[in-house]
Amino acid sequence: MSGSGTAIERRPGIIRLAMRLRRTQIGVGLAGFLVLVALLGPFVAPYGSTEFVEMPNTRNAPGTVFGTDYFGQDVLSRFLFGGRSILLLAASATAIGLVLGASLGLLAAYNRGRLDEWIMRVLDVILSFPQVLLSLLVISMFGPSRVLIALTVGFSTTPRIARVIRGAAVPVVERDFVAAAEAIGEPRRRILFSEVLPNVTSSLLVEANLRLTYSVGLIAALAFLGFTPSPNAANWGLMIQENRNALTVQPWGVLLPTLALALLTIGTGLIGDGLSRVSAGIDRSGDRG
Amino acid sequence: MRRPPVRAAHPRSDSETGMPPILTFILRRLVLGLLTLLAVSILVFVVTQALPSDPAKAILGREATPEALAALRTEFGLDRPLLVQYLSWLGDIVRGDLGTSFSTQLEVADYIAPRVGYSFFLLVVGALASIPISLIIGSYQALKRDGRFDTGASLSTLILAALPEFVVGTILTILFATTVVQWLPAVSYFEEGAPPWSDPLGLVLPVLTLVISITPYVARVMRAAMVEVLESDYVEMARLKGMDERTVLWRHAAPNAVGPTFQVIALNLAFLAGGVIVVERLFNFPGIGSALADAVVGRDLPVVQFLALVIAGVYVLTNLLADVGTVLATPRLRTRLG
Amino acid sequence: MADGLAIRGLRLEVARTGDDIVDEVDLTVAPGEVLGLVGESGSGKTTVGLAVLGHARRGVRIAGGSISIGSTDVLGLGAEERRSIRGRLVSYVPQDPSSSLNPALRIGLQLREVLEAHDFGGSDEARRARVAEMMAEVLLPGDDEFLARYPHQLSGGQQQRVALAMAFACRPSVIVLDEPTTGLDVSTQEHVLATVRSLARAHSVAALYITHDLAVVAARPDRLAVMYAGRVVEQGTMREIFTGAAHPYTRHLVAAAPDIAGGRQIVGLPGRAPQPGARPTGCSFALRCELAEDRCRGAFPEPVAISGSHAARCVRVREVPSSTLAQPARAAARGRGDVVLEVAGLDAGYQGRTVVHGVDLVLRRGECLALVGESGSGKTTVSRSIGGLLREWTGTVTFRGEALGRTSRDRSVAQRLGIQYVFQNPYGSLNPRRTVRDSIARPLQIAGASEDEADASVLDVLSKVALPASYANKFPDQLSGGERQRVAVARALVSKPDVLICDEITSALDVLVQAAIVDLLADLRRDLGLAMLFVTHNLPLVRSIADEVAVMSAGRIVEAGPAMEVIDRPREDYTRRLIAATPSIERALA
Repeated sequence: MSGSGTAIERRPGIIRLAMRLRRTQIGVGLAGFLVLVALLGPFVAPYGSTEFVEMPNTRNAPGTVFGTDYFGQDVLSRFLFGGRSILLLAASATAIGLVLGASLGLLAAYNRGRLDEWIMRVLDVILSFPQVLLSLLVISMFGPSRVLIALTVGFSTTPRIARVIRGAAVPVVERDFVAAAEAIGEPRRRILFSEVLPNVTSSLLVEANLRLTYSVGLIAALAFLGFTPSPNAANWGLMIQENRNALTVQPWGVLLPTLALALLTIGTGLIGDGLSRVSAGIDRSGDRG
Repeated sequence: MRRPPVRAAHPRSDSETGMPPILTFILRRLVLGLLTLLAVSILVFVVTQALPSDPAKAILGREATPEALAALRTEFGLDRPLLVQYLSWLGDIVRGDLGTSFSTQLEVADYIAPRVGYSFFLLVVGALASIPISLIIGSYQALKRDGRFDTGASLSTLILAALPEFVVGTILTILFATTVVQWLPAVSYFEEGAPPWSDPLGLVLPVLTLVISITPYVARVMRAAMVEVLESDYVEMARLKGMDERTVLWRHAAPNAVGPTFQVIALNLAFLAGGVIVVERLFNFPGIGSALADAVVGRDLPVVQFLALVIAGVYVLTNLLADVGTVLATPRLRTRLG
Repeated sequence: MADGLAIRGLRLEVARTGDDIVDEVDLTVAPGEVLGLVGESGSGKTTVGLAVLGHARRGVRIAGGSISIGSTDVLGLGAEERRSIRGRLVSYVPQDPSSSLNPALRIGLQLREVLEAHDFGGSDEARRARVAEMMAEVLLPGDDEFLARYPHQLSGGQQQRVALAMAFACRPSVIVLDEPTTGLDVSTQEHVLATVRSLARAHSVAALYITHDLAVVAARPDRLAVMYAGRVVEQGTMREIFTGAAHPYTRHLVAAAPDIAGGRQIVGLPGRAPQPGARPTGCSFALRCELAEDRCRGAFPEPVAISGSHAARCVRVREVPSSTLAQPARAAARGRGDVVLEVAGLDAGYQGRTVVHGVDLVLRRGECLALVGESGSGKTTVSRSIGGLLREWTGTVTFRGEALGRTSRDRSVAQRLGIQYVFQNPYGSLNPRRTVRDSIARPLQIAGASEDEADASVLDVLSKVALPASYANKFPDQLSGGERQRVAVARALVSKPDVLICDEITSALDVLVQAAIVDLLADLRRDLGLAMLFVTHNLPLVRSIADEVAVMSAGRIVEAGPAMEVIDRPREDYTRRLIAATPSIERALA
């Protein structure tokens, strides 16, 4: 392979490789569609999200596609309004968890010894709580504001991401090119972010995706249990809880949000699987003997 | 590529304490677990009592009268210094004095006790059903990897693993209880004091939801662990020695796949501990999960505090069991403890 | 009918594409004979070894030819029959016993089950007796306590002897040994080799001994077969191959093999063997061969017999033994350079444990000091301390007259740039996400050079390590192991250091490439006046590269002095034993 010429035959990045797999494409399609619905839904909804339309729990109410919900509001409209909050909160929570978790994980992996132990111990305490429980505790005491939900879910995500990143970074830190960078006196921060971090991006992407999927479910579950930023605003998780009792007569109030959540999480799950398949290949081929 | 020279492995010596190393390890791990529980209790206390600027108002809500607030403060000792509050709270719990629930006015212990039984039963049945299934599916996938069963199972576990549990529960409800068919009850119904198995049909959906929540994860990890074992040098060596496939599988491969699986089983039991809150609420199952969900909404502080401790405690316990189990199952770790 | 091994026309392919991994392999091993199968990594020798047991790894297909053990046609057997001959008629000794022994099973069980699976001995007592017998044959204790151990509770040498015992257990007719002494200490290697030899002779077993290390092979086998890019290019007795190699590749291999008794310089050959799927029609060595002509590129040359036992696949066999190989220019003896680095009273360790005691060293300009020792002797600890990669050390290290701080962060930029470190593992020493140019230019960027200056330096240094300028834009995964090490050396050179510390930099490379790197280092020393600290466990290599040598054992320097003197006239017992245990081609042929 010792060719001449300066053409760079660079291997495509992990995202591009993953997009070649059919499952990733399907995942992107599903998740993308639902994200569009969630973000653009409010602009195309036929009625307002709290507008009274017809008799409650009427499946075939005139003027509606899916009928009315427990309060007489249009199911379709509430559905179209109901995804945005969940999505934005899940995305922010994941972002918070990523930034904090990746930094802590990298720090712990690079420093080994004292700092590593302390970071991991503190994170272990947070890890001792199921995420649902921690979020419930905090939110029930301080109120379900947007910021608090994002922060709490983000903080409870942090240790999980930190653990994974640390696990991926430790073998990288032990490789000689990091020692070589130290030997020439590279500043520590540069070593972390420009030597180590680029080599754990595949783990980062896979884990970020996993956490996003879980956060969507968690935030919807919190809404289901009654904890949303605004009690009347439409929210998929809340809708499931609100319309549960009328399932036998008016299934759409539960069916639509359930399907949306299911397809969204399946979509992101497929993307994550595509990413992890491709990253396993990348990591293995990097060490070809 | 040739491997660089390897260091020779040396047998380990015993630990200095004189006890067999495995016992010191278990002891150390137990102590660590207790310390974690302590930290957990601090966290629970901080969130519920220390942090809120006025816990009394947080509990009783904005419309509470000043007298009610004052009464609450005195009863709870909310005017004492935080450390004293914490220690007295902890002391009470350890002594078994769990306080009185606001909503039901029962002693917390009386309120919780029967519900613990229900939740425990649910978890046990769920775990007993899901763990063997997932281990078998995962192993079979690894054995016949890249075949049709493997691809099909991989896809199924992927999809199921992505779904949040309450979505799974709701879909099951729609399918089997309300809309598609109506074979099963949508919520469980238990008479006062009746044993958990007295409404078997009412148990099906909650157990099924839990099973579908755990099985995919465990199966995936089992598959990965088994594949790594099946492609290892020592399994190849066993084949090259002329061992038949069954011996290769059961004597050589399986023992090496047990260790990592412990971790995952524990992970998922712990995962259940959180999922149980949502699932119980979904099916109105009278366990501690739904009790917690109610208590959180109703701001029933003593119940919230105690149940949070219990659930987190279960989490810590299962992780501890997993760590100890993994070490016991892996001879290399077991003998190196000194 | 003698129960020897006969391989005819063996062909193994990549299952998915049909590319040949190994082709037209003909080998014979008589009972009691040891045939050495020599080849570099990628030559296909391990694949051949596994095929003898009727086994092919995932993705590999046995596509043609025959393998006979006595009257048994191995490749014609069904799956169950193959299983029954493995361990019984033919057995395998793996390269790495630490990963081939099951970590979850006690070794007694792993030994016993071979006997049980083939119903050897007929009864449990007979088998128990046989296990005791096997352990005695390989010089291991046969008591219950030992048999109850797990593999990780044994040393590397003990593990390999257990593997040997397992292989000989059912008294097979053929044994395949796949680089069984890689990673073992020199003295342990000796024992293992001697055991194999005596057991094979005593029980009339035909042994196929696969290795990349010519010197190891020199001492033991009766005959050798040399493989290159999937084909056997030469076969003959040891003497015929070493003194009169008839294939250009074999000649290069012999010329590149460091020998502890040898007085010659080793000669390298850069480049690498073509991988499956990339092999040309015609002779696959033609690309690197200085004797290549048009005839060679047409079809792969047929074997030409040179004597009864000696044959080679080259169209110019008659001319090969007498042709001269391009000799590297060797510097005339220099006067002694100034002292540039001095180490006094170095104690170093990890996490409180001191592993190095009282080490003194002196490095002069233009000189190479080899730091030699077996694994665990502390040589890497010493080199890391000097290089500023280790924190826990005491003593003084003086560089250009100034005392050095402990880690590279405690040292000035000039000091850091003045002492450069090259690592052992070519696959870990370069950041896979950086181009060659970026990796090399980094030290300059830290020192504040501009982008243009950095580019110019990069090109300059690439030419010094004999890599084309186009490599600057490549990523490490596009380069071979030898090329990556050159890049690592280039990175070290770019800051114009006075001292180069090479930590086992050739241990992971094939022999020809290793010799080429050694050539390179000699040139650099001569042209740039570099002082080199060359850390290695490979004693024969010392003779080819070092002016001075320091021998380490258990953290101390046992003996030091001019390289030739220490090797030819060792004064200490340890050194003497080490040299005696090191296999040597020339000694074996004398």
